[in-house]
Amino acid sequence: MNGTASRTALTAPVREMGRAGLFLLTAFSRMRFGRRQFAEILRQVYFAGVRSLVIIVISGFFVGLVLTLQTYDTLTRFGAADAVSTVLALSLFRELGPVLAALLFAGRAGTSITAEIGLMRATEQLDALDLMAIDPMERIVQPRLLAGLIALPALVLVFNITAIVGGIFFAVYLMGSDPISFWANMQSSVELFRDFGGGMLKSVCFGFVAAWLAVWFGWSARPTSEGVALATTQTVIATAIAVLVLDFILSAFML
Amino acid sequence: MVHRTPIAISLKDVTVSLGGRTILENLDLDLPAGQVTAVMGPSGAGKTTVLRLITGQLRPDSGEVRVGDARVDQLGGKELGKLRRGIGVLLQNGALFTDMTSFDNVALPLREHTDLSESLIRRLVLMKLEMVGLRGAADLYPAELSGGMKRRVATARAMALDPGIMIYDEPFAGLDPISLGVSLRLIRDINGALGTTSVVITHDVREVAALADNACIIADRKVIASGTPRELSASDNPLIRQFMQGEPDGPVPFHYPAAELADQLLATGDRR
Repeated sequence: MNGTASRTALTAPVREMGRAGLFLLTAFSRMRFGRRQFAEILRQVYFAGVRSLVIIVISGFFVGLVLTLQTYDTLTRFGAADAVSTVLALSLFRELGPVLAALLFAGRAGTSITAEIGLMRATEQLDALDLMAIDPMERIVQPRLLAGLIALPALVLVFNITAIVGGIFFAVYLMGSDPISFWANMQSSVELFRDFGGGMLKSVCFGFVAAWLAVWFGWSARPTSEGVALATTQTVIATAIAVLVLDFILSAFML
Repeated sequence: MVHRTPIAISLKDVTVSLGGRTILENLDLDLPAGQVTAVMGPSGAGKTTVLRLITGQLRPDSGEVRVGDARVDQLGGKELGKLRRGIGVLLQNGALFTDMTSFDNVALPLREHTDLSESLIRRLVLMKLEMVGLRGAADLYPAELSGGMKRRVATARAMALDPGIMIYDEPFAGLDPISLGVSLRLIRDINGALGTTSVVITHDVREVAALADNACIIADRKVIASGTPRELSASDNPLIRQFMQGEPDGPVPFHYPAAELADQLLATGDRR
């Protein structure tokens, strides 16, 4: 790789981040709230949130099952099987819930937002809006950004609940643990603000980043089939990396 | 070109460069009010650039773009929005919103830009759809419409706010003969009924002859000819003749510039 090529390889991602940042600033600077905007945000919450419920519920249940299975097995060796609900709740609320739900959200809702906006660009629908004096930023971008911010925390809640249901199913119904001590241990070890609140704060940040990247990659996609396909892939990769990096940073500050 | 009618749109000494390539250079173009003017030219000659200049989506490097009394190239956000509400644009493939029915597509500009009641909007939308012959398709989604029907719904949407100017970008491309006939009649009817200034961006010479009051040809980065379609057909300028008669070779060459064929075929080496 010669000097120019390596410079370009280094500067290209920085430029892309700069453009994505400017895009976000533009979207927020033109923010307007009216009755119609509110209705559009609700519609997008439905598309991004409600339509992701199936995958979130199924994944949550099985994550709860397998997490309990693994910890139960390990803790039993040390005679600490009672602590299984503590491990389950803390790992879910603090890490697994927000991170896994965000990754699933990127795969299910993020990709569809990117593909939708990319195809709107390719089929001149964004141009048509502009020509009708309707701001595409206001009509297309803002509702999807805000929908991510609202939908992901709600999905994380659902994910956590179904994972705990999965955990109860394994520990109480299959392994015969005492349900009262299961709940009591969980209740006594989870702090509302530090554990649960921290996780929810993470989910708000992840929802925002996931929606931002999905909208950005769709908006900047080349208006061809390859362009939209590439943008969709980039959304998943970039969101996964951003969520994991951000998770580390947020965790470091919270602990 | 001498017009008796006032000028609705005027481009003066306009130069546009995109990506280091000059698309239009010192172009002058006047489009008379209330008439149908065809802007023709070979693919890639800059016809759609003219559309983007008129709607203010693109600013020229130099020169003036006027629509009515407004200098489009100097307008800012709000004024540009006001101008665009007075211009209806039919994009090449209609660009309908696929998640909305035909009715909602046509209603969108009315809902966004007016405070009319929903019952009045309903009546207006049905009237617009009736005008394009698709009142019966009001509840259909774009995926359920044919290509020609999509463009007709998009035409209804473009004239939802009763604009003074209608611009049609390649309205005949890829249409079957029946849809093409319908489109021709529709453009003429809208022009006649609403008295709009119509700009038809196209390279379909035969359709222009049947439709337009005036026509101009853009090639070599400028307007090379303008007049009535009949005058253009009678021109003995080789470039205009090549375009109007659809000759494959002439001043616009059939071949993309390349090295001599013999040299290239006899050259050694495994690649080109």
